[in-house]
Amino acid sequence: MCVVCGCADPAAPRAALPHTHAHGNEHKHADPAGQSHEPGQAHAHLDFGANAARVSVPGLSPERAIKLEADVLGANDRVARANRVHFETHGVAAYNLVSSPGSGKTSLLVATIEALRRRDPALPLAVIEGDQQTSHDADRIRATGAPAVQVNTGKGCHLDAPMVAAAFDQLPLHGQGHSQAAAPALLFIENVGNLVCPALWDLGERAKVAILSVTEGEDKPLKYPDMFAAARLMVLTKTDLLPYVDFDMARCIAYAQRVNPGIEVLLLSAKTGQGLEAWLDWLLADALSRPDDETAALKARIAELEARLAQHEGAA
Amino acid sequence: MHEMSLAGGILKIVEDAAARDGFARVSRLVLEAGALAGVEVSALRFALEALSPGTLLEAAIIEIEQPAGRAWCMLCSQNVSIGSRTDPCPCCGGWQLTPTGGTELRVRELIVHDVGLKE
Repeated sequence: MCVVCGCADPAAPRAALPHTHAHGNEHKHADPAGQSHEPGQAHAHLDFGANAARVSVPGLSPERAIKLEADVLGANDRVARANRVHFETHGVAAYNLVSSPGSGKTSLLVATIEALRRRDPALPLAVIEGDQQTSHDADRIRATGAPAVQVNTGKGCHLDAPMVAAAFDQLPLHGQGHSQAAAPALLFIENVGNLVCPALWDLGERAKVAILSVTEGEDKPLKYPDMFAAARLMVLTKTDLLPYVDFDMARCIAYAQRVNPGIEVLLLSAKTGQGLEAWLDWLLADALSRPDDETAALKARIAELEARLAQHEGAA
Repeated sequence: MHEMSLAGGILKIVEDAAARDGFARVSRLVLEAGALAGVEVSALRFALEALSPGTLLEAAIIEIEQPAGRAWCMLCSQNVSIGSRTDPCPCCGGWQLTPTGGTELRVRELIVHDVGLKE
């Protein structure tokens, strides 16, 4: 049977669509008036449906093609964009801390919170802790007096944007109201210890901060390039241990810059406090900086839609 | 193993498309995973195959296109091809590279059927 017009099938409409036949496959068509025409006779041949997908002849084939061009991470990214706008409207600057397990993310956070408290006791801050199991990390954060929400991912190897949205709803930062306070609030998101998967998931953060301890080896940025490419800042931690380990600092920084020429680098020891002030300076300066263009564009869009809604309500 | 999460995301996209377009099964799934997308293609294929039984993707042929990595070299002021994020510029040997292509991770196309396998 001719798959396009069904011409071998007596019940099918005959020669309903223009089509071609490869040489050697020519066959006669009886037209609806009962007259036949021979191959080679002049009749228009425009083939819309001979390709495997048969895109343009819906209904004539049992299969059809659907063009999607959908980003696999699109659903997450939409929630992440909503998170970003949500954070900005609450005056919250969020940072996504990523590293391998055991690099000292939680110790760094505890030291950071204590140092921030000394600098500005009124600064609102909170932590979202991601781990597969247990609430040990959130307990350590709460011991400093800062509010923390523990997210257990179960078998999951990373936090995603919906998890962060749900966790943020539990935090008192959310109760700040929609005020654009002069001093921002800080939200730290400690991702699951994993240098691979969290690189792909946008949570709505201002920046990913990759933590790398000097006990891990200087070639980590080359071994896990996606993460260091996604991070805006690399913090080299446990620098108090430098005398005891073979860690080539210059080489490590050069490797990180290979995969991300724009990456910023800080060195610190949460144990001795060395470098901690520079880290606080970075955080506070970044938190006060203008939100990125995408957020500004989204806010403009919200304002525009609100204006249209007001107009619509006025007219109704 | 974030490929399992990605496979779940792909299935969700297919199920959403089925809710819109009303088809019963997919015979071919065409994906695009660029060389710089951070995805291990064999792991993604494994995850999709593990996930597909009992879903619209059961028995679907999975085709994964892998666009090459492209980057802008700031030293050469031109676009160059790279195989991974750790590759140097093939022209100057430098690392002042900003990826411009090969970061895609998309569901491109489905070939679908209105009749399921068991009907």
